Amino acid sequence: MLPSTLTFMQQLVPVLAALVLFLSFVLLAQARPLSAVHAFAWQGALLAAVTVAVAAVSGHGHLYVSAFITFALKAVLIPWMLHRLIRRLALDRSVEGVASPALLNMAAVALVIFSYWLVLPIVQHESGITRNIVAISLAVVLIGLLMMVFRQQAVSQVIGFMSMENGLFLAAVSATGGMPLVVELGIAFDVLVAMVLFGVFFLEIQASIDSLDVDRLNRLHEREDESP
Amino acid sequence: MNALFVMLLIPVVAAGVLALLRPWHLAAGVNVGASALGLACTAWLGWQVAAHGVVSGAGFHVDGFSMALVALTAFVGLTTAVFSRTYMRQLYDSGTVAATRMRLYHAMYQLFMFTMLLALTTDNLGVLWVAVEGATLATVLLVSLYRTSESIEAAWKYFVLCSVGIALALFGTVLTYFAAGHLGAAAVPGLSMSALHEHAAGLQPSVMSLAFVFLLVGYGTKAGLVPMHQWLPDAHSEGPAPMSAMLSGLLLNVALYAIVRVKLLVDGSLASSSNPYLAGQLLMGFGLVSFLVAAFFLHRQRDIKRLFSYSSVEHMGIVTFAFGLGGPIATFGALLHMLSHSLAKSAIFVTVGYAARIAGSQGLEHIRGLIRTQPAVGWSLVAGVAAIAGLPPFGIFAGEFLLLVATVDTRPWLAVVLLAGLVVAFAGLFRHLQPVVFGAAPEGQRPVRAAMAPVLLHLGLAAWFGLAMPGVLAGWLHGATFLISGDTLP
Repeated sequence: MLPSTLTFMQQLVPVLAALVLFLSFVLLAQARPLSAVHAFAWQGALLAAVTVAVAAVSGHGHLYVSAFITFALKAVLIPWMLHRLIRRLALDRSVEGVASPALLNMAAVALVIFSYWLVLPIVQHESGITRNIVAISLAVVLIGLLMMVFRQQAVSQVIGFMSMENGLFLAAVSATGGMPLVVELGIAFDVLVAMVLFGVFFLEIQASIDSLDVDRLNRLHEREDESP
Repeated sequence: MNALFVMLLIPVVAAGVLALLRPWHLAAGVNVGASALGLACTAWLGWQVAAHGVVSGAGFHVDGFSMALVALTAFVGLTTAVFSRTYMRQLYDSGTVAATRMRLYHAMYQLFMFTMLLALTTDNLGVLWVAVEGATLATVLLVSLYRTSESIEAAWKYFVLCSVGIALALFGTVLTYFAAGHLGAAAVPGLSMSALHEHAAGLQPSVMSLAFVFLLVGYGTKAGLVPMHQWLPDAHSEGPAPMSAMLSGLLLNVALYAIVRVKLLVDGSLASSSNPYLAGQLLMGFGLVSFLVAAFFLHRQRDIKRLFSYSSVEHMGIVTFAFGLGGPIATFGALLHMLSHSLAKSAIFVTVGYAARIAGSQGLEHIRGLIRTQPAVGWSLVAGVAAIAGLPPFGIFAGEFLLLVATVDTRPWLAVVLLAGLVVAFAGLFRHLQPVVFGAAPEGQRPVRAAMAPVLLHLGLAAWFGLAMPGVLAGWLHGATFLISGDTLP
């Protein structure tokens, strides 16, 4: 299908999806927790915009509902909760260095290419758009995973996790026209509860090791079989 | 249908009541009562399934496979609730756990039961995901119940690893839905697994094989397959003993159940492609690696609960391998193995809870001479370890025997690896068991108050399954074997 035969809304969907991926890169580069939260909120807002665009193209009414839920949850509520937690834990001035940001970005680029390669056999019968979007959402998921692996701060790990969720949601909305509503509500509920629990854990970890650097959670490991 | 709704409603209502109930000794009673009611409803549902074969409708679908696991879940839920009543009371009396935490514990206990029952009875692949993730969320605060820095670390690890794993499973679910989209919405309403199963041949093989990799890694994290098992020994060793019994005995089964359900879809989709056994081969690979790695890790353990959690990884590996091998004999063996392992392992974790309390430590080098101090605990531990090590007459022996028979039939050279692994695991368990049970008891070691009835009941059932199976259960398992392997037992 040539791009010129697509309507404006149909063209809007991949553009917005690409912006979601762009924000994953932005997220990866943030050294301050607060700016990472802001980038995450923007990603959530863009996700809601993608959902609206898909709803307009496909005419599925229930997608407007899920767009609203996404916006409320990913762009407002969770960023707000993270914001509060960061202030409460006095992390707003902390800077978290990454060993080599250039290498991390290269790894993220490699992940995008890998995602495209992975979905190649899937969608031979599909239009180019669907293939792009499945690849983009897989890339967002994997970059979120990358962020969780390379960051030591518990807050950044949680943002990485939530950004993975964004990628999953992008796949669900744009490749399949949205999951059944009951599933979507269940997922939204699980994400919200997970966020609350993460908040509880921040406080407990802070109280236990006086820091949120999870690299210092290292008491449990396979002990060598030395004599007692 | 009504039996199913009541069965699901009881734990939800009980969780609500328990969250508000202040007197904790009353809460423990309510917990036991709700679990007993749940078991009664399960019996009602089981009777319906036995009569009709399948109970389905309103987004639920209960066949022999799910029914056997539902019955197991409700039963272990009840016996563990009985055990946790005395166990948690002593924790409260010693000041380890405060009153608000007791309330949290009991409410989450019932919510955990609910999520597992929902996962086992739902017909919707998406709801299955939501329920399995819900089970993580319900248990994560129970792992950190003691609030020591070790337990918080274990809970964080559990939370992050399982959430990430399960997120990948969601991607697999989305891909499955994507593949189902090409069948037309009328053919497959929502993500109904029974409808997908019916139309599995029409699902795109390339999409489904990619989806299966994600689903296997995702649910495999939860089932404790190597190399995604890192959370399991930590969560088991740091949580309270009833929680370890529930995690090892029930949650791992639910994750495995999800994997098998998905495998059925993938098998149907790949049947006419160039590599029809892809899913089975992946399961065999993951299962064998988990089994062997865990068998060797058994030798290095210094904490009694970590020892038995590695044994859980080992058994999950065997069962996964058996499901991957396929065929009616291996499948029936795997189902029998799953049930007997749950019964034996939860009995062991209960006994270990008492043993650790007698010795005042979970360190294997501190627990000595149980049989002198408290023969009931000592002998139960011996019997339990005999059961999970695969000695006759227990059901695990029967399951492993069936698996070996099937392996010799189809892939003889793998039977050698399997046997060698079983020997290594056997040695790993008994080298630790010998001093713990028969060694010289330290001075002044006192017996504790222990209710051994649930343990004996579990071990008795595990032995019964190995010798002669109750007819109803055999009916469910035959149905499940036919569903999974597409063939009946010879």
